Amino acid sequence: MPNPNGRATLGFRLRSLRRPTYPPLFPSATPSSRFTLHGKCNDVVRREYHQVPSFFNSLTNFSQTRIWGVGIQRKCYGSIAGLVQRNPGFSKLNDDDVRCFEAILGAKNVVQDEDKLVASNADWMHKYKGSSKLLLQPRTTDQVSQILKYCNSRCLAVVPQGGNTGLVGGSVPVFDEVIVSLSSMNKIISFDKVSGILVCEAGCILENIMSFLDNEGFIMPLDLGAKGSCQIGGNVSTNAGGLRLVRYGSLHGNVLGVEAVLANGTVLDMLKTLRKDNTGYDLKHLFIGSEGSLGIVTKVSILTPPKLSSVNVAFLACKDYSSCQKLLQEAKRKLGEILSAFEFLDGQSMNLVLNHLDGARNPLPTLHDYYVLIETTGSDESSDKQKLEAFLLGSMENELISDGVLAQDINQASSFWHLREGISEALMRAGAVYKYDLSIPVEHLYNIVEEMRSRLGNTANVIGYGHLGDGNLHLNISTPHYDDKILSQIEPFVYEWTSKHRGSISAEHGLGLMKANEIFYSKSRETVQLMASIKNLLDPNHILNPYKVLPHSLIS
Amino acid sequence: MTMKIMVAIKRVVDYAVKIRVKPDKTGVVTQNVKMSMNPFCEIALEEALRIRESAAAASEVVAVTIGPSHSVDTLRTGLAMGADRGIHVDSAASLYPLSVAKILRKLVQIENPSLLILGKQAIDDDCNQTGQMLAGLLNWPQGTFASKVVLDKEKQVATVDREVDDGIETVCLNLPAVITTDLRLNQPRYATLPNIMKAKSKPIKKFTPEELNVEIKSDLEIVQVTEPPKRKAGIIVSSVDELIDKLKHEANVI
Ligand SMILES: Cc1cc2nc3c(=O)[nH]c(=O)nc-3n(C[C@H](O)[C@H](O)[C@H](O)COP(=O)(O)OP(=O)(O)OC[C@H]3O[C@@H](n4cnc5c(N)ncnc54)[C@H](O)[C@@H]3O)c2cc1C
Repeated sequence: MPNPNGRATLGFRLRSLRRPTYPPLFPSATPSSRFTLHGKCNDVVRREYHQVPSFFNSLTNFSQTRIWGVGIQRKCYGSIAGLVQRNPGFSKLNDDDVRCFEAILGAKNVVQDEDKLVASNADWMHKYKGSSKLLLQPRTTDQVSQILKYCNSRCLAVVPQGGNTGLVGGSVPVFDEVIVSLSSMNKIISFDKVSGILVCEAGCILENIMSFLDNEGFIMPLDLGAKGSCQIGGNVSTNAGGLRLVRYGSLHGNVLGVEAVLANGTVLDMLKTLRKDNTGYDLKHLFIGSEGSLGIVTKVSILTPPKLSSVNVAFLACKDYSSCQKLLQEAKRKLGEILSAFEFLDGQSMNLVLNHLDGARNPLPTLHDYYVLIETTGSDESSDKQKLEAFLLGSMENELISDGVLAQDINQASSFWHLREGISEALMRAGAVYKYDLSIPVEHLYNIVEEMRSRLGNTANVIGYGHLGDGNLHLNISTPHYDDKILSQIEPFVYEWTSKHRGSISAEHGLGLMKANEIFYSKSRETVQLMASIKNLLDPNHILNPYKVLPHSLIS
Repeated sequence: MTMKIMVAIKRVVDYAVKIRVKPDKTGVVTQNVKMSMNPFCEIALEEALRIRESAAAASEVVAVTIGPSHSVDTLRTGLAMGADRGIHVDSAASLYPLSVAKILRKLVQIENPSLLILGKQAIDDDCNQTGQMLAGLLNWPQGTFASKVVLDKEKQVATVDREVDDGIETVCLNLPAVITTDLRLNQPRYATLPNIMKAKSKPIKKFTPEELNVEIKSDLEIVQVTEPPKRKAGIIVSSVDELIDKLKHEANVI
């Protein structure tokens, strides 16, 4: 009989609560053929594809082809993945290539074993699947540089891969691209306790950095549900937002420097550790959020805030969406400098989590239609708690909150977070999921969920949650199986709606493969064209993460 | 007949906090460290509340804490969970199980509860003695490491399942009695906002050990507190042959 004794056993109970364990990358469930690239969509592909111009497109052709880009995605409602054809301009991998990579990396770091490639070929959601035959695991920037230089000279397409937790099909090959995994570049290079500036390699796993910093008395300015697997290089490349953005701002503010390797192997050393540096164009920003399409990020320097001792978490119920919104306004005023997260989930999200996530338990005695999680972080336990309690009790009197609980210890706080952070995982377990990550002005934010619900009726479970504090809604549509009919009900409606409300079709996940052709819903033609010019300048052969981020019509 | 339950709760370093030993090895760092209710005490209080709620088997739950002034925060948590009132015995001195048991005995004499529920141990000093000593001092029956408690109000008997090495042992205790709780007894509730609000007006009675005529002293002296030795990092072997080689030549186990 196990006899749980004190701290050690309890610690285990906490850990099992706090860390969502993601389903293995490759369970027996096979995704529908629609989402594998050689599926039944091919007919559609052929019909539409003749309009798309050929690979080495000169800059001057852009304005012409751009129009096609819009045309295509308006006409074809199918998954973007179904629309892509392998770019014939790319070479096919041969034995000489492999030998060359082995010479650069050593045979151990050149992986051809199919079983080992399975996990790297499929994304976290099992929605996108490539057929790469080669995974490279460089250990140094110089090796990355040699790899890219070689690939560029041979016109071999490359997909940079971090923790492979991306949600838009950006981190896996579309066809046979060579996968360059940063996992082996996982060293922390330096940490300055005075300034809080951390310099590390791109492959460091976010959670490992967090525990390193915890020992030093600091925290990462970002936190997200995928922390156990995602890498800082991936976070930077997707400009990940996450749970602390409302307090610490985006990575464009917190990343102080980047070292990146361009497609031709040039190493750009922009690894500054200065907060202020106005010398010319701040090019590191090109690599923050460009999803591996402009270069491979190999090192990062990042400003980390000190860890404050007093953290409080409340889990609240609201009677309607407008109360959630008013509560946010109030929280910003009344909690001010200690507010560190304001997360939102609707009743449907909660039900999903309670039904599909191990260890999930409703902290409130009854079910409600809307929930809000508020976290405060400050330096004085008793005054912070007083402030939060006063705010919560006041909001209860004003009827902005209909019920709520306040965590009394770290375990309770973790279990509240578990509910919010576990939604992605619960969705995965519930079946097929269509994910939309939208920025919408807060006052309209929930309307899309309701409209979607009435559009789809009872064919799908439409849930809404997200970072309300940042105006970021995660609209997720959960169905037992992937179904073209449902998809055609969702897209392009969701993009059109978002565009009409001047929102963004990608608040934080990026465009990847999923939304490369939808960029015009959020960016003007002129802007996208400049992006394409930058792409052409930095990666003229377009070997870096092809078919992703920019419309295929521009970069084909 | 009305029945009162008394629950002892302790403020400890939150168990999710990574413990750091003070450089001078006299104890662990508690400054700027999150303090919370001892998890076993939370379970004890939850059990008392459930007994009170189930067919009104008890009329009142009194939460008691002994410790420095900040312990009142923990007491408020107990009140917010649902205890009816609190008692705080204010003492900044280091407390050992025997002193705590003696203080609790005095409070039992004042309050006359029919049932005392305590955690089986506090996760700071891991003593696991207070409940047993208290039962001894009061000459009451004890059911320690409870994983299930059933109360018969008519017969004034508590039936307690205990987790022991070879299974579950069931004991019957005549009330008044002392019960200490194990991890699996229940899952404690959260403090809801309405209850946090109510807790603010619940009474907390204050005592000092002197007022209770208990002298705080200990026959123990802490010589040194040290961290457990660090485990050496593991290695990943690349083949079965390498593993066998290491087991043979480095670990010398095969
Ligand atoms: C459970 C869960 C919760 C999530 N929550 C959030 C959230 O709250 N906020 C949020 O913003 N996102 C969230 N995400 C998605 C988020 O984008 C990723 O988790 C993370 O930022 C990607 O890191 P990664 O290392 O897994 O990158 P990958 O998935 O491997 O790659 C993502 C993209 O970046 C590129 N890339 C990766 N590494 C490099 C590099 N070193 N250099 C150049 N390009 C590179 C890839 O090619 C790809 O295009 C979540 C994902 C999951 C599964």
